[in-house]
Amino acid sequence: MFSEKDLEKIKAGKKKWSEVTLAKTLSKAPEKKVKTTWSGIPVETLYTPAEIAGLDYESKLGYPGEYPYTRGVQPNMFRGRFWTMRQYAGFGSAKETNARYRYLLGQGQTGLSVAFHLPTQAGYDSDHPLSMGEVGKVGAAIDHIGDMRILFDQIPLDKVTTSMTVNAAATVLLAMYLSVASEQGASWDKVGGTIQNDVLKEIICRGQYIYPPKPTMRLTVDLIEFCQKNVPTWNTISISGYHIRESGSTAAQEIAFTIADGIAYAEACAARGIPVDSFAPRLSFFFNAFTDVLEEVAKFRAARRVWAKIMKDRFKAKDPRSMMLRYHVQTGGVTLTAQQPLNNIVRVALQTLATVLGGNQSLHTNSYDEALCLPTQGAVTVALRTQQIVAEESGACVTVDPLAGSYYVEYLTDKIEAEVEDYIKKIDAMGGTLTAIEQGYIQKEIQNSAYLFQKSIDSGERAYVGVNKYIMEEPPVTDLLRVDMKVGEEKAAELKQWRAKRDKAAWQKALDKLREVSKTDANVMPTVIEAVKAGATVGEVCDVWREIFGQYRPKEFIS
Amino acid sequence: MAEKKIKIIVAKPGLDGHDRGAKLLSRIFAEAGMEVVYTGLRQTPEMIVEAALQEDADVVGLSSLSGVHNYFFPKVVELLKAKKLGNVLVVGGGIIPLEDIPTLKKLGIAEIFGPGTSTDTIVGFIKANVKSK
Repeated sequence: MFSEKDLEKIKAGKKKWSEVTLAKTLSKAPEKKVKTTWSGIPVETLYTPAEIAGLDYESKLGYPGEYPYTRGVQPNMFRGRFWTMRQYAGFGSAKETNARYRYLLGQGQTGLSVAFHLPTQAGYDSDHPLSMGEVGKVGAAIDHIGDMRILFDQIPLDKVTTSMTVNAAATVLLAMYLSVASEQGASWDKVGGTIQNDVLKEIICRGQYIYPPKPTMRLTVDLIEFCQKNVPTWNTISISGYHIRESGSTAAQEIAFTIADGIAYAEACAARGIPVDSFAPRLSFFFNAFTDVLEEVAKFRAARRVWAKIMKDRFKAKDPRSMMLRYHVQTGGVTLTAQQPLNNIVRVALQTLATVLGGNQSLHTNSYDEALCLPTQGAVTVALRTQQIVAEESGACVTVDPLAGSYYVEYLTDKIEAEVEDYIKKIDAMGGTLTAIEQGYIQKEIQNSAYLFQKSIDSGERAYVGVNKYIMEEPPVTDLLRVDMKVGEEKAAELKQWRAKRDKAAWQKALDKLREVSKTDANVMPTVIEAVKAGATVGEVCDVWREIFGQYRPKEFIS
Repeated sequence: MAEKKIKIIVAKPGLDGHDRGAKLLSRIFAEAGMEVVYTGLRQTPEMIVEAALQEDADVVGLSSLSGVHNYFFPKVVELLKAKKLGNVLVVGGGIIPLEDIPTLKKLGIAEIFGPGTSTDTIVGFIKANVKSK
């Protein structure tokens, strides 16, 4: 971006500045010990054009809405429409969760995001022994299509888009959702939303796996293939770095391992014979946002550039939409502190700003009380308002990619991109993502970063407000949201009735058919839809596959 | 005479998948000279107690971030007692509201470590409170 002559001048100028002006200051007072980004990238005192001398504007930054999408996937970004404000919510029964959704929509939220309780995510019914104590705790208890009807009661599914966090059991929950949409009279080409469906990161770090990698990937691709033909605007997967970061990775590792997963899914779809430009436009992503604003902005920009290149060069995509990295963001849950919880409002505000300056498509902001419990309604409202304040008042949305051209941000963008590409090369050399996971390489890299971070906090080398610095005595927080153990008993009783009431012959026939189809190479989705319509529960459908596919038992890698 | 190593079972009860803390502490405990067995996810109280019995453990560390601590933690203590392992030190951590801690302690969990606790504090507590057999 600068002529050779200018760069020479700047290099000489910086050298002189460093030796004279800066040296004088340093001789009087030393600098602080930590001079890195939050993820540990070494940072210099000053950035100038000299540090980004190789940056070619047209090829590396370009224009928003154009390859390589560094500056954003839409030409005018938030000058047209803000991102979708989508708060992840769900607790207790379907009825309680439905009430929270209707409240959030009433407050100006623009999309829904379903939190299912852990039994649903792990493919167990609420009355399974492993569900003891978990029913309704971290999400809504959804066992069957009847629960799904209540969950979306009076919410038109052709008007509101819904994101569903479910992975190994994704086919079952999408089958229920689509069936309820049909009952409401919504046509599937008008039904929009996202299902997480990212089983690889469950194995890497999130823990809600059911089946071994190969059969679980088959279900993932079945869902992608089915939607490509029948639910054209559905985002068929949300390839997630969020949980990788929560587990302790650095910013660059978050992008690297997510994109490695993305490559594995794209390869699996290609192996199924789906043309790249048929599935790639519906792949979506999900990232974290921490408090180091500039590192996060650089991370998002680097991620878009890396993915665009991979889709174009490696997968030979032709459709520009295949190359666009579209993503949801959630602010960093793990950054929240139980100490002085109101401080978390400030963290979330900074993380929101980082997200928006990075050019997201949708966002969930965490509530300040989430290091203590599930968010209370008051705290959720503040979280949503934080997005609205950044959108309406901060000035961050009035132009596209406002930090482009910052010497530091461009340097960091290049740096993160290089680190990501280095990881991809390493993983390719190992034999691909599945092998890297099987060998525990990805898990160990993440754990090691978590360890180094914890050491820096324990030693006080890195300051964490309220945790190892500026600590104060405070009364315990009361008025926490609690889910009654009664929800479990009530749900178990309801399930008993549900099983007694359904047409036993039709139910049995549907499950038998599912068993047969699952043993072939045919797509399971149509049969899953028949099964859930016949009253089959999440646990019953997942049990059919447990029988055929077996269950995944991870090796534990402690590093 | 060399001191006998403390043996600790680090366990994740229930369906909760948040294992960053459990894995991190497993490494920290090992570095602090303890012998560590990490159970992995999806453990029932019975499985955890069986592991404590088989491994002849001195300490059981329970981690929960999904709100099931009030059910699982006391259950583990109860089953340990039933197996005559009442001497085993039981500690816990995770997303646990402060107001739950007095009851958990009354039910036999020696200490609860919330988010932000330094790992030195946890290691220190275990070393000071582990009972010799």
